[in-house]
This record gives sequence, structure tokens and C-alpha cells, in this order.
Amino acid sequence: MSEKKPPSVKEIFRDGLLDRNPIFVQLLGMCSTLAISTSVLNGIGMGLSVTFVLILSNLFISVFRKAIPSKIRIASYIVIIAGFVTVVDMLLQAFIPSLASSLGLFIPLIVVNCLILARAESFASRHGPLPSLVDGLAMGLGYTVALVIISAIRELLGNGTLLGIRVLPDAYSPAVLVISPVGGFLILGALIALVEWIRRLQRKKKEG
Amino acid sequence: MANILMLALSAILIENFVFVKFYGICPFLGVSQKVETAVGMGLAVTFTMTIASALTWPVYHFILVPLELEYLETIAFILLIACLVQFIEMFLQKSIPSLYSALGIYLPLITTNCAVLGVALLNVQEGFNFIESTVYGFAAGLGFLLAIFLLALIRERIEFARIPKSFRGVPIALIAGGLLALAFSGLRISL
Repeated sequence: MSEKKPPSVKEIFRDGLLDRNPIFVQLLGMCSTLAISTSVLNGIGMGLSVTFVLILSNLFISVFRKAIPSKIRIASYIVIIAGFVTVVDMLLQAFIPSLASSLGLFIPLIVVNCLILARAESFASRHGPLPSLVDGLAMGLGYTVALVIISAIRELLGNGTLLGIRVLPDAYSPAVLVISPVGGFLILGALIALVEWIRRLQRKKKEG
Repeated sequence: MANILMLALSAILIENFVFVKFYGICPFLGVSQKVETAVGMGLAVTFTMTIASALTWPVYHFILVPLELEYLETIAFILLIACLVQFIEMFLQKSIPSLYSALGIYLPLITTNCAVLGVALLNVQEGFNFIESTVYGFAAGLGFLLAIFLLALIRERIEFARIPKSFRGVPIALIAGGLLALAFSGLRISL
């Protein structure tokens, strides 16, 4: 792995939150995005869990990047990630059991979330520990923000609530379809198209 | 016997892994542009899920449970799956090179397909016995195969449609997937 000059903190955050947002631009980690974005609380819980794993795995892999033989690096990354995921799983079950049960199997499945492996391979294995840690934080926050946006739309339309508090008037009869798997597919598809449309407008503006 | 058949049928149609449980969305969106490759990927995943279900059962019940290491299931299963995929890759390369070259690039991707790890963890959670686990793994794999095959059929037609530029690629695939999921949810209500 060639060592690259680390990008500045500002660049890393811009990448994670906007330019290379994990969900809307890189289209990574779709399974958990679709499955758990039915309420804002789930979205925040999942986002922060992923952020926690991402920060620690990025830091760990970056520290040991010269010791890990490149032939078995993917397997090594997966074991490191699985270790941290198990930690998160046990912590959630011990301290926030309600969240753990509503996220269900998607907590252990963070192991195979492509976002974490992608950051390990494309960032942590080529940069020092500090930038890798910041990258984990920025990408994790980008993931969390995107999850919160999707789950806020789905919870508001499908249940009339936000964070469990009734927001829309009682006269609004919730569109249950939005909470169902069907709504997940449709809303995520529409949101990604919207982001793509905005990005195309920006590009056009830049070109004059 | 009837029980196992019902279990299999429900895993394929009613509780479809992709449309209802949201496992395996990445390859579902990533490898569904062409019917041929989609079917190849679906077959490879079905194969891996069946064997992974059959292997993780003894590992959990004969190694992890006696040692009281149940909390290590995620690590143990993902290691087993990674080794299994590597092994399948080497086996195919040696014995069925034609299938290997057809599936080549998709094989390593299966390790990070959450349907495989998902089915292994679900088998434990549901308390299935060995035969139920294996059948469930196979049926859930068939459900994935059906889903990715249907989406690939639709996407091949979409190629020729004049859709808004922003919707090209993944967004329209998600919309098509949503409509398929809607059709599948109809099965659930009528049964």
C-alpha cells in the first residue's frame, strides 16, 4: 500500500457528510439502511453503532496496517470489524435492550456492512491513525445523517410521528405503506435520484 | 415433512429474504443489470447459503455452546463463511473451470453478502435443528435467486426506456425493486 498525503480534516468531513456521502453518493450499506429506517430512533441508534465500529476499526487497522500481510488483509479486516461489532452488540443488549431488539439481527450484520470494509480498504490501510480516526468519524456521521433523513421521512409519513412524538394532526391518516418494505425501496430510490439531480445542477453551474 | 415444506415455501415467497427481510440488497442492486450474471450470482449465493447453514449449525451446537462462547457466534460464523467462500473458489477453479470463469468476480463478493451471515444467525435465533437449518438456507437462497432474476429481467427492459437522467442506474432499480416488493406483499395477505 502506498502511503498517501493525508487530506485535511475539513476535506475529510466534507467528503463524509456531502461529497462522498456513504448512502446517497457511494450507495454503501443499503441493507441496514432499508431495513431499519422505519423510525428516527432506530436510525440514530444504527448510525451511531456504525460510527462507533467505523472509528475503532479504522484506527485499529491503520495502526496495524504495516503488520497485516496484504494477501490476507481482507480476512484480517473482517475479524477486527467482527470483534468491535460484537462489543457493540453486547453493550446495546446490556444497556439499551429495547433498541437492540428493534434493530435485531442488523446489529451483528454491521460486520458485512460494505461501508466499513470499504473505508478500511480505501482509507485506513493507506493513512496514519489520526486521519483514519477522523475519517471514521466523518463517514459515520455522514451515514447517521443520511439514515436520520430517510427515517424521518418514513416515520413522519407512515406514522405521523417524529421520535415517537405526534407531529401531524390527528386528521392525517398515516400511509402505512411508507413504513413497509415497499416504502423503503421507493423512498430511498427517490432520494438518491434527488441527490443525483442536485449534483448534476451543481456540475452544470461549475461548467458555466 | 409438511412443516419443512411450509418453511421452505415461506422463505422463498412470503418471507422473501430480499423483499421482506432486506438481506442481500447490495448484490441485488449491484449485479442485476444482466439476467445471465444475475442468475450466476443467485446460484452462487444459494449454494453458499446452503453449505453455510449446514456448517454453522454443528459449529454453534457442538463447539460454541459446550464452551459457553455463544457470544462469539458473529466472529465464528463470518470466519467460517470467509473460509468457505475461499474453498468454493479454489474447488470450482480446479474442477469446474467453466462455472468458475462465469462466477469468477462474484465469488469473493459473497463473503460480504449479508444474506449469508444473516441466514446463519437466523438459524440460531429461530432454534432450527440441522435439517431445518439446511433447508431454510437453501430456500432462502432460492428466494434471493428469484428476486435478483426478476429484477434483472426488469432492468434489461429499463435499459431501453427513456427515464429521467437522475433516475438512471440504482434509483430506478430501487423503484422497480419496490414495485416487486409490493407484488410479493400481495402473496402475504392472500395466504
